[in-house]
Amino acid sequence: MELYITEISKYLITVLLALYTIECFMAFRFKEEEQRSGIYIRQNLLMFGVHFSCFMVICFETGKIEYLFFYIFQQILLFATIMLFRMIYPKGNRLIINNVCMLLSIGFVILTRISYEKAIKQFFIVTVSIAVGMLIPYFINQLSFLKKLTWVYAAVGICALGVVLLLGSVTRGSRISYSIGGITFQPSEFVKIIFVFFLAGALYETNDIVRVALTAIIAGAHVLILVASKDLGSALIFFIVYLFMVFIATRNFIYLLLGSLGGCGAAFFAYQFFSHVQVRVQAWKDPWGCIDDAGFQIAQSLFAISSGGWFGLGLFRGNPTAIPFVEADFVFSAVAEELGIAFAMCMILISIGTFVMVMLISVKLKDRFYQLIAFGLGITYIFQVFLTIGGGTKFIPMTGITLPFISYGGSSILTTLIMFFIIEGLYIIRQSEEEKSVRKKKRIPVRKSSFVRSGKKPEYPDEEDEEEDD
Amino acid sequence: MKKMRKKTTEQIYLVTGLFTAVFLCMMGYTCYYAMTHKQEMINNSYNSRQEMLINQNTRGTIYANDGQVLAQTVVSEDGGEKREYPFGNKFSHVVGYAANGRFGVEAQANYYLIQSNVKLSDKVASEVSGEKYPGDSVYTTLDVDLQEIAYQSLGAYKGAIIVTEPSTGRILAMVSKPDFDPNEIEAIWDDLLQDKDSSVLLNRATQGLYPPGSTFKIITALQYIRENPDTYQNYTYQCNGRFKHGEDVINCFHGTAHGGESFTKSFAKSCNASFANISVQLDKNSYGDTLEDLLFNSELPVSFTYNKSSVIVNEDVSDSDVMQASIGQGTDSITPLHMNMITCAIANDGVLMKPYLIDRVENENGNVMKQFSSGAYGSLITEQEAEALTQLMTEVVESGTATKLKGSGYTAAGKTGSAEYNKVKTDSHAWFTGFAPVENPQICVTVIIEGAGSGGDFAVPIAKRIFNAYLETGGS
Repeated sequence: MELYITEISKYLITVLLALYTIECFMAFRFKEEEQRSGIYIRQNLLMFGVHFSCFMVICFETGKIEYLFFYIFQQILLFATIMLFRMIYPKGNRLIINNVCMLLSIGFVILTRISYEKAIKQFFIVTVSIAVGMLIPYFINQLSFLKKLTWVYAAVGICALGVVLLLGSVTRGSRISYSIGGITFQPSEFVKIIFVFFLAGALYETNDIVRVALTAIIAGAHVLILVASKDLGSALIFFIVYLFMVFIATRNFIYLLLGSLGGCGAAFFAYQFFSHVQVRVQAWKDPWGCIDDAGFQIAQSLFAISSGGWFGLGLFRGNPTAIPFVEADFVFSAVAEELGIAFAMCMILISIGTFVMVMLISVKLKDRFYQLIAFGLGITYIFQVFLTIGGGTKFIPMTGITLPFISYGGSSILTTLIMFFIIEGLYIIRQSEEEKSVRKKKRIPVRKSSFVRSGKKPEYPDEEDEEEDD
Repeated sequence: MKKMRKKTTEQIYLVTGLFTAVFLCMMGYTCYYAMTHKQEMINNSYNSRQEMLINQNTRGTIYANDGQVLAQTVVSEDGGEKREYPFGNKFSHVVGYAANGRFGVEAQANYYLIQSNVKLSDKVASEVSGEKYPGDSVYTTLDVDLQEIAYQSLGAYKGAIIVTEPSTGRILAMVSKPDFDPNEIEAIWDDLLQDKDSSVLLNRATQGLYPPGSTFKIITALQYIRENPDTYQNYTYQCNGRFKHGEDVINCFHGTAHGGESFTKSFAKSCNASFANISVQLDKNSYGDTLEDLLFNSELPVSFTYNKSSVIVNEDVSDSDVMQASIGQGTDSITPLHMNMITCAIANDGVLMKPYLIDRVENENGNVMKQFSSGAYGSLITEQEAEALTQLMTEVVESGTATKLKGSGYTAAGKTGSAEYNKVKTDSHAWFTGFAPVENPQICVTVIIEGAGSGGDFAVPIAKRIFNAYLETGGS
């Protein structure tokens, strides 16, 4: 009987998530949130289906009732998040919230399977993070001085990273965390957000070569401190975010080209002079040749991914814990093994869908500062997903960072949630702007004569600030 | 202003597209890599999932082509498992063993043998009765009758025999001696490892590297035909038992003087002097290219363990070495498998079919899980070249060194070899490689007997027994 349930639910879970993914992309067919409400309700039902089926299997496989209670708490949290968000921020973007909750629930499932204790810890972190995050869209609307803190961001970012470099504790060869009163922080996670704010603040008004060079020095300082801490994954994220934000801020392909060349040069230099970089590249090129040491993790990750097949071995039927640090760095491989490659691919597609939505929001934001922030946070998110999954599947060398929303790790979860609540806040600002401009437009016929002289200005009321930077 | 905004919008779309494209590549790569490397991964000794499968499923059975059991796992009442090999030593290398590491079909098909694809209801039934799930079974291409004849023919000699079907690449028999009893593998393991001289565990048919001796004249002849496609038949040579080129001398086998001879006769009589004479006229680089075409010094298209053959000819190799190489002496080395593949290509109009041992995988309910089919590797030589070589090899049987095959009621073609392997000139490995019937080749046999003497006297009779057995019963 158990066997029937676990076998059938394997396919059911994949199909439900595939349907969810399809709905996620169907949402892009409609321009207005109101038109998408049917999709969102179907998504919520599918999400519930996936989450419930997974926990049903977990309960059958382990025969432990406490998993059922744990599931109920998770379900309450996720539903509360979705419902509360809708009530407090009726103008918010529900696709992002749905995707965030979907990914969080996958994270709960796979963490529960890997380690019940860690899953419970994660649950509390997520609860607190969501509670904090819920306030962000409200405040982002009020805090106009955020634009003026450019150099404060730079100073805070460099100091936070510097403190870790000097005083932080070493985890797996990298100096990335810092403990205060028993709670361990990973400052590089939070600095990611501050860094995006810094770049947006520095570049939204002025984007001449002097300004770009100045930001390059600050960004370089961030990256170098991270390299010195041997946190290569974060260093790469900062570099890529800088590169693309400068490109969008200056609208100049030359910077993208020069930056890419510089990045390649730096990578080559790092490969030549740092043994830990060489080890990583070696493990990527041929994990089998050094399977006893450097290649062990990646080899185990590949074993896990390939053993699952399209529909997976089923929860608790595989052996994902054979991968060292699976809950943080290789959670994708654990998902692929037990829930199947098809499921894992849907998970990637949901991440891409979320990223595309953020980019669409960024396109529509009229305020340049906000536009750059949304863009920068979107890049931060998707590039981190790329580094983690690419590293675990041998697509690129491994850098050892977490998969946002899925991996175990307090700083990672809190940071990612804050990022997405900031984006929600910006989306709400934009919705309000639009309403204003619609109202203005409606008044056009009345004041027609006055607008003939000033061209099409009413459509773009904010454009004046932008004029000097082109 | 509006233009700038539009530009930004386009650039953000561009970045979005860029990241999406990279992700799609990554997804494609991940799926492709996972699916194509599945077997290799499961078989890796660092992968704990193999142990999981072994604990979950009873290892499947290996069958011959007619359904006779070659290897099976017997479960005793107390749940203990023992791997049994009903034919004992006869299939020792080809079927291999599954303890102390894995070898042969046991290694090659391990992935299938440890899986279980029985119906869900059967799995439930097994679970209820507390048994393991029955593993999937593997049907090989091996023919028990031919294997037994080949095994007995080799007698007490060391050596190898490989029998294949040239039109499909199916391997019908594969014998390597000295052999061992896989039923006792755990008990005899240490002794086998200590006995370094006879290397019992080596599968000589696929891993043994031997000097090809005169069988290599097939390749030298091919190269001469390639360089002189219209005139090679006009070749003549006067053999007095030795060929002198500068300081170097090549002697015929036992110093026999063959007298005046054509190209066909030089080949049929296996005249070393004449072939040394041919070899110094050949373009060395082109010769090297031909060797490359025939898969020398490169990987073979097979999925079981083998060694790479090595024969190197290019413009940097001295005449003296080319002379040695062209008669299959010197540093040349080849596996019986590779020699068999070249012979098969000649028999099959120049097209090499990839040799294979596993025909299909079935689950316990008798449903085919995976069917392996023959696949062409490609043309090693042209149809005309294959025909010319077949004529030469037919003459070897008609009037040359393999006349023991004559008058058997079928036509045969082949080439003998007596490969000298040390300074004492009387010691030689006996080679034969050939196929029958010539008009419609059904079976291809390669024999090597270590230190037996001449190929014509020792290897040809064994090939004849195998041809007789297969062709008289009309194949199986």
